[in-house]
Amino acid sequence: MGGQLFKNFSFLSATLAFFMLVGIFSVLFNLAQESLYTFGFDFLYTEIWEPGEDDEGGIFGGYIPVVGTLLSTLIAMILATPIAMGIAIFLTEIAPDKIVKPFGVAIELLAAIPSIIYGMWGLFYFAPIVQSIFGGNGVGLLTAGIVLAIMVIPFMAAITRDSMNTTPDVLKESAYAIGATKFEVIKDVVMPYSKGGIIGSIILSLGRALGETMAVAFLIGSVMSIPNKITDPTTSIPVLLANNFAEAQDLELSSMYYLALILFVVSFSVIALAKFYFLGRKKH
Amino acid sequence: MESNELQKVMDVKDFSFTYPGAPEPTLKANNLPIYKNKITALIGPSGCGKSTLLRAMNRIHDLYPGFKYEGKIDLLNQDSGKMENILKLQKENELIGLRQRIGMIFQKPTPFPMSIYDNVAYGLRLQGIKNKSELDGMVEKALKDGAIWKEAKDRLKESAMGLSGGQQQRLCIARSVALKPEILLFDEPTSALDPISTGAIEELLTELKKDITIAIVTHNMQQASRLSDYTTFMYLGDIIEFDKTENIFLNPAEKLTEDYITGRFG
Amino acid sequence: MNRLVLNKIVMILSTISAFIGLGFLFWILITLSYKGIASIHLSTFTKDLVEGGIRNLLVGQFTMALIATVIAVPLGVLAGIYLREYGHGSKFASVTRTLSDVMTSAPSIVIGVFVFALMVDPVGSFNGWAGIVALAIMMIPIIIGTTDNMLALVPQELREAGIALGGSKHKIIVQIVLKAAKVGVTTGILLSFARIIGETAPLLFTSANNQFFTMDLSDQFPSLTVSIYNLATYPDAESRELAWAASFILTMIVLLINLLGRYFTRNKH
Repeated sequence: MGGQLFKNFSFLSATLAFFMLVGIFSVLFNLAQESLYTFGFDFLYTEIWEPGEDDEGGIFGGYIPVVGTLLSTLIAMILATPIAMGIAIFLTEIAPDKIVKPFGVAIELLAAIPSIIYGMWGLFYFAPIVQSIFGGNGVGLLTAGIVLAIMVIPFMAAITRDSMNTTPDVLKESAYAIGATKFEVIKDVVMPYSKGGIIGSIILSLGRALGETMAVAFLIGSVMSIPNKITDPTTSIPVLLANNFAEAQDLELSSMYYLALILFVVSFSVIALAKFYFLGRKKH
Repeated sequence: MESNELQKVMDVKDFSFTYPGAPEPTLKANNLPIYKNKITALIGPSGCGKSTLLRAMNRIHDLYPGFKYEGKIDLLNQDSGKMENILKLQKENELIGLRQRIGMIFQKPTPFPMSIYDNVAYGLRLQGIKNKSELDGMVEKALKDGAIWKEAKDRLKESAMGLSGGQQQRLCIARSVALKPEILLFDEPTSALDPISTGAIEELLTELKKDITIAIVTHNMQQASRLSDYTTFMYLGDIIEFDKTENIFLNPAEKLTEDYITGRFG
Repeated sequence: MNRLVLNKIVMILSTISAFIGLGFLFWILITLSYKGIASIHLSTFTKDLVEGGIRNLLVGQFTMALIATVIAVPLGVLAGIYLREYGHGSKFASVTRTLSDVMTSAPSIVIGVFVFALMVDPVGSFNGWAGIVALAIMMIPIIIGTTDNMLALVPQELREAGIALGGSKHKIIVQIVLKAAKVGVTTGILLSFARIIGETAPLLFTSANNQFFTMDLSDQFPSLTVSIYNLATYPDAESRELAWAASFILTMIVLLINLLGRYFTRNKH
């Protein structure tokens, strides 16, 4: 019967999500074997990335790209979170109705701009400004972190706003009725009520920022060294992959897969953690 | 000249129903006859199980697996004259066949996102009727039977979503009537409508019962007493009393019934 | 008194944040337009990359995005239908829903690496099909999510009314439920298209790039986004100019599709 066929096709399609995830993990894990066996967990502490002679062997360590990924993401989150919260508060509690709609669209457009465009603009317009204020070369950890923040802000603001909007009006009205100020209503009623969604949005944005490639590739400097100053150039896992994956061979290639595996597992864990917070909210 | 022969077209016998995951049955050993070409009303306070019982009659609970049936619901087979237990039906085509004989109208009007014509033709096309002139004729008759032909005849190709609430509900009735069902089940059909639309639909029901048997759940007692020939009063899953409507409202046998009718609770 | 001052400060800071966000949007768009429009000539659209135009890049990017859409839409919509209409409430559905949501935020570069291992390494060369598959892998979870959510908005009574008329489940899903959710599902598809047409990372080592006009998907395939990445790093002024032109055009396309999608849903209540 047509019905059973339709149901079966739908079921098979639904299993795709699972197979994609499992597929990605196993392929990465498989191809990272050589590097995994050779370096083990020391890979995470080794600062060296040097192919051997004739492209055979060599010593590879993921410390620098891992640190670069974490630092750039950290800078982005520190800068983005207060501003995204501010935007969410503005959209839900301050802006008059007429402004909310177009403003919301503007924020969503900001989120829709492709990563590479942020890279272009960041490299030619923003980096010189950072350079003139903070010194350094323009391209480096700080610039990458700031532009990463600009990319994350609309995403975080939109999810936070949606969470805050789930607060029932009656709850807010009761607080106002006791004489609370707007800020107090937000602090004592809205935030606690949408706590799960807000925390979830922060964690989800962190997960997104970890995997950002193109903008960071333009702006972080792509240099395999630990930054001593915040304006120094460095690299991150996505950037290293973007620049060097295509030419790598043997052990270096395997080490690339190792890095991709680390990035995938960490992103997956962070995003899954965010989901946990969202689901926790739904239970209320 | 009037043939007052009462014929049972459906017979609910010791019927119990438990919702999925519920610790206790919602309906407890209900017994209810449904008589041909009469309107039978099911009344009672919220949660008494009247909708649950109605929805068992076209096996729509099957959409939400995990429930439990006990007892029988017999349906008269027009050809053989025998009563057959519809709870025994398992196969999808059997259930489809059942629902083509017993239609249902819901509390909220449910026009499909298509034209008025396509809405009414939907059930007919499911049955395999494709011939355009045949469909045209059946759609027109159904819309007339649903007392909405005049308002619809110049807008047949327009979306049904453009109709008012009362019109949409009459469209849903026309849609069900098109299948020429033996029984029509109404689950609080006018509670979402304004008084004028309600009146129009009540008039329609009185017309329809000449050809179709009707069972109606309503929380509006005046509606039950206006419309129905027979009334059953339910409370907490039990059928407390079943009788001719005049008796229920003027001379109830049970104290519980009397308390409900006089507004002491519910 | 203190409370009121604190309140005022927070409100002002929030408003400033909002304008900071708006400010960046305008700054980026204005810069892009200024540099972009100045760099566009007629030849930008009529010549291929090898001659300093972006014609083959536009065709290539759209081709890959469209084919990816053709692959992703049936799979994504069917999966969304399964989650909401058949498997609703089951453990399988909630786990799949979570996995799919996680995939929508997964790093796109990792997907590129994955498809490289699967479709480029074994074959020995970059190819357009690999790029298409990478884009499709990004699209499918997004479409699953939007289809699932849009179907959830269809009132249950509509399904019951269909069943009550004797409809079989799959007919009701396709003819009634999906139809009722038509606008939302289509918008979801549109927005996911806008998302992948601007992607670079998944294409870097799958379809890579091609200076020439070609429709041969078994070879390196032209990409607008990958080209921008390459052109921006060349020292000569013409390459820079072309990078700006391409960036401007790409951004306009993406924003236009986004606005189109929002326009369609503006009537939904």
